[in-house]
Amino acid sequence: MGNVDLTEIPESQKLAYIAQQAADGRVNLEFETDEGMTLNIGPQHPATHGTLRIVAKLDGEQVISCEPAPGYMHRGYEKLTEVRTYPQVTTLINRIDWLGSFANEVPFILAAEQLMGIEAPPRAQYIRTILFELSRIANISLFLGDLGIQLGGITVGFYAFRDREFVLNQIEAVTGGRFHPNFDRIGGLKDDLPKGWIAETKKAMEKMRAFCDEVEDLLIGNEIFQARTRGIGVIPPEIGLAYGLTGANIRGSGVDWDLRRDRCPAGLVYDKVDWKVWTHPDGDCFARSWVRLQEVREATKIVDQLLDSIPSGPVMAKVPRIIKVPEGEAYVATENPLGEMGYYIVSQGDLVPFRVKIRSASFSNVSIVPWVCRGVYVPDVISILASLYFILGDIDR
Amino acid sequence: MSAQLAVLAALDWDLPYWAVTLIKVLVAALLVPTTALILGIVFLFKIMSWMQSRLGPQEAGPKGLLQLLADGVKFLQKEDVIPERADRFAFKVAPMIVLVSTFLLYVIIPAGPDPAVIADLPTGIFFALAVSSLSVIGVLMAGWASANKYALMGGIRAAGQLIAYELPMVLAVVGVIIQAGTLNMNGIVVAQANFKLFGDVGPGIPFIITQLPMFLIFLAAMQAELTQPPFDMPVAESELVSGYQVEYTGFRFLFFFLAEFATAFAFGAIASVLFLGGWYLPGLDVNSEWFWLIGPAVLFAKIMLVSFLIFWFRFTYPRLREDQLQRLAWKWLIPISLVWLAVTAVFKVVM
Repeated sequence: MGNVDLTEIPESQKLAYIAQQAADGRVNLEFETDEGMTLNIGPQHPATHGTLRIVAKLDGEQVISCEPAPGYMHRGYEKLTEVRTYPQVTTLINRIDWLGSFANEVPFILAAEQLMGIEAPPRAQYIRTILFELSRIANISLFLGDLGIQLGGITVGFYAFRDREFVLNQIEAVTGGRFHPNFDRIGGLKDDLPKGWIAETKKAMEKMRAFCDEVEDLLIGNEIFQARTRGIGVIPPEIGLAYGLTGANIRGSGVDWDLRRDRCPAGLVYDKVDWKVWTHPDGDCFARSWVRLQEVREATKIVDQLLDSIPSGPVMAKVPRIIKVPEGEAYVATENPLGEMGYYIVSQGDLVPFRVKIRSASFSNVSIVPWVCRGVYVPDVISILASLYFILGDIDR
Repeated sequence: MSAQLAVLAALDWDLPYWAVTLIKVLVAALLVPTTALILGIVFLFKIMSWMQSRLGPQEAGPKGLLQLLADGVKFLQKEDVIPERADRFAFKVAPMIVLVSTFLLYVIIPAGPDPAVIADLPTGIFFALAVSSLSVIGVLMAGWASANKYALMGGIRAAGQLIAYELPMVLAVVGVIIQAGTLNMNGIVVAQANFKLFGDVGPGIPFIITQLPMFLIFLAAMQAELTQPPFDMPVAESELVSGYQVEYTGFRFLFFFLAEFATAFAFGAIASVLFLGGWYLPGLDVNSEWFWLIGPAVLFAKIMLVSFLIFWFRFTYPRLREDQLQRLAWKWLIPISLVWLAVTAVFKVVM
């Protein structure tokens, strides 16, 4: 985990225990067996947000073991980046986590900037951070809606889709794209902010805060919701760390860890704003959902503060017209809406990267499903999956 | 409801028995799809979109009111797919059984004084409770016959849930029966018209005043019987992908849809009769002939009120888990209804 001081490093015995647990949770991906019924959840199932396949072995309604089988939407992005120039890569990686797409571009661009030794001008850094947080709000507000849909309260889903538009409109006003902005450039941004955008964004942040209150009233505070999520899918902090959970999933387990604060990469200005990293000690589905709700609220605060203090100046540094990244390796990770997202770039001084390894949060986040889903009921599998919050593009890349 | 008035006219003309029966059957056959359409359009389309701050259907007909008709026609056009390994006979019969249980419920609903009811059974409410359980068989058959694991789980969940919630529903009804002293649906309405809380002053008051806990329990049990959120585990979309309905297409699915909404209407009618005074309007003389005219309208208004409550819960709450549902029934609803039953019985004897 780099230079971050996390909680205590698990001892080897603990690791062996966890490995054993994971082995127990593993399902032989065959069909019927003598013990229990094999239920094939997905690849086409409403709870899998796309094409994740989960093979569950059931005893009645109880899950004996279950195993996610990802890969149905693999698009080979890591390989495809090797035949694209650096500026072209952002078009691809926008599609990894498609709900918070601007946030995907940033770590790649930052890694490339680090290799080239370029730093974006301050105004570009501010706008970059603002857009990063806007995509976080757009992403997580949809998570809150989806949580409602998965647990049967579909009204929240419609509210989320309605209110997310306020944020998407702001992103569109700057970048021209609602979902896939493709706006970040090595050395800055494509364009400056349009006129009047700051005031409108502040209004949108007000609306998102109202949306958070609404969700808290309608869903998070609801007794049935709490009965469905409290004490379900408990992930202890050391297990979560061992499986590589990041983002709100590990903060929901009580680990105070946020890359924005702990390891803010050069090029983002989180150190200039005042905000709080929320954690929850319980580690259950409710804790994860609650932490995400607070994350949206904090994000609106970050955006407000940045809008107030945004400096003037250019949005693009001096970069060569043809971008050749010097030989070297760099890994930059940021705290994306889903968790830690990092790009490990190996360059050989070419127009194109030699090799790119994408560390996406959801792939690690769903890897804990076999561990956490043993012994729960089928409806709990759905609430656990919903609260772990994965996006298929982020798993399969 | 004007069809009910036609029945009145028919009775006055002293038609032969077969003609009266035919008219009654036709009325029931018309009422079931009509009421399902009304509830579907008003609540599923209009109120739901209003609550969820979206537009809802706009294009088909004036203000999109014909959307459900268009959907119905669409269902009729669809291919009738039966899974290869399905139990074909049970698969085909299941939706009809569910629909028949709905038809039978309509038989005993009084839309006005005596002749305005299809069959004025002496044990009307008992009959209603009995036939409403028939739908469980259809649901279980659908779940089993589909040869689908999701459908099977949905069917078994439905069976467990419907049986568990029969009991609080029956107990809630028994409270009213004790207070009214009759099982006849019209008798219960008349009992509410004559029921005075403080001496002999004022108009007759509906039983909801004295049976409020029973009314709430009846609403909860009704919600579970209709498999609507927060008790929609048998058809849970995000878990079981519509449960026992998952393999049904075309008009067979339409049967389930019709049965769901028509049953919601019928249960709304039963709740209105038991707790809200049915076709009776406080302040009027119960023997007034006006009730033949305004009775159906009054009942309809009350049904819409109860249905609004049902659908309001449906659009607001998340879904419970199966074990939590059973716990709610056995640990809360049944004990509370038993206590209130005892209280009712004591007051009945004392007063």
